[in-house]
Amino acid sequence: MVEREDKKEAVTCELVWREVSNYIEGDVDATLRSAMDAHFQTCAHCKSVLEGSRNVIQLYSDERLIDEQIVEVPAGYSRRLEKRLAQTARANRRWSSLSAWLVPVAALVLIAGGLRLANLGTHTPALKVQQVQPPNSIPPDLVVVVSTDTDSKLFHVAGCPLIHDQGKVRTLTAKEAIDQGYIPCTQCLRKYLNVSGNQGSDEDDDHDTEADAAVPGVRH
Amino acid sequence: MAEANVVLNNPELAGTMREQDLIARVQRGQSEDFYELVKPHERRVYAAALAILRNPADAEDVAQEAVVKAFANIQQFRAESRFSTWLIQITVNEALMRRRRERTVVMEAIDDRREEEAEYAPRDFADWREIPSETLERKEVRQRLADALATLDRKYREVFVLRDMEHLNIQETAEALGISVASVKTRLLRARLMLRDLLAAGWEQGWFSRLPFEKGTKPW
Repeated sequence: MVEREDKKEAVTCELVWREVSNYIEGDVDATLRSAMDAHFQTCAHCKSVLEGSRNVIQLYSDERLIDEQIVEVPAGYSRRLEKRLAQTARANRRWSSLSAWLVPVAALVLIAGGLRLANLGTHTPALKVQQVQPPNSIPPDLVVVVSTDTDSKLFHVAGCPLIHDQGKVRTLTAKEAIDQGYIPCTQCLRKYLNVSGNQGSDEDDDHDTEADAAVPGVRH
Repeated sequence: MAEANVVLNNPELAGTMREQDLIARVQRGQSEDFYELVKPHERRVYAAALAILRNPADAEDVAQEAVVKAFANIQQFRAESRFSTWLIQITVNEALMRRRRERTVVMEAIDDRREEEAEYAPRDFADWREIPSETLERKEVRQRLADALATLDRKYREVFVLRDMEHLNIQETAEALGISVASVKTRLLRARLMLRDLLAAGWEQGWFSRLPFEKGTKPW
């Protein structure tokens, strides 16, 4: 706001010219405004300056003026702008169509991931399930032994160091052993087995080493 | 039927309704209509960017960025404000960000400040008469106004464009141009008074000769 010490005095034309723009903006204090109002009542020149300035503001505020040559836009400006917008719109459409099938795919991936995580937390029962599957890569007539003094359900090649008591074994064929519920020892029968990477690496290592092995199989 | 006649007889209203229709269509996903929505304002967008950046290449770049940003955010546009105002505000913000990023500080020359301190005395004190807005329907009148604006020094023209044509407030104009509020006020006063004198002189040369003013009077 314009501060003046002689606010109560009549304003001069020079002061009015200096403040007319602020007056139009409503940016003069009440005292100066009333002094200028009084001046405009008596001074035709200053009244002309005020109304002429208002006319200028009114005329140029019309948006049609921007459409004229007030600002010379660079050659090709409109064409480049239209092209840029078209590119943006095309990119958006591509993304929209992509997202139309990406969303369900992402949902499926999330569901599958969730199931995988759930399975990881309970993988031991899965292994147990796998252990009872019939082996299919061990010759069925291979002669094997099983321990008779322990509850171990493993069958071995004779002389396997993992046999608890070498003197207390029973001899049978691999097929018979499997039919009786025995599973192969991954130490001595390793060459017949397709041992997977999770052997001995899981947190359920309190089970037998053999029991942690991946699914063995009997060749038919 | 009566409503249709009102629209037909009022081009401005028809334009507004068409713009609202375009906005609704774009918001529903018809992105190809966005350029049609922007086209009437594309010069204004460029003018706002140029007034702040003062470099045609940067201004065009920012104008494109602003339009693309408006396109990306069209869902956020609410009918409470005019589309052009919203678009210009985005442009001004984009231009200001560009200028801050490039750290192009605009220094006020000492000579500029000295010149601004000298008072400007209006030259013409003719009787005033309000110019009807229909006057601007004549292309030659718009061209005369554009020519008058083009004769102003750049420092006055850019303040006038941002404040009186792009409708930024004084503070925003100062920030946009990197000059003080006091300088904005001084330059705005000069720009308004100089344009008033220029257009009053044009009256003498017959610019408004076919306008409905009484003989012997000027628009101010």
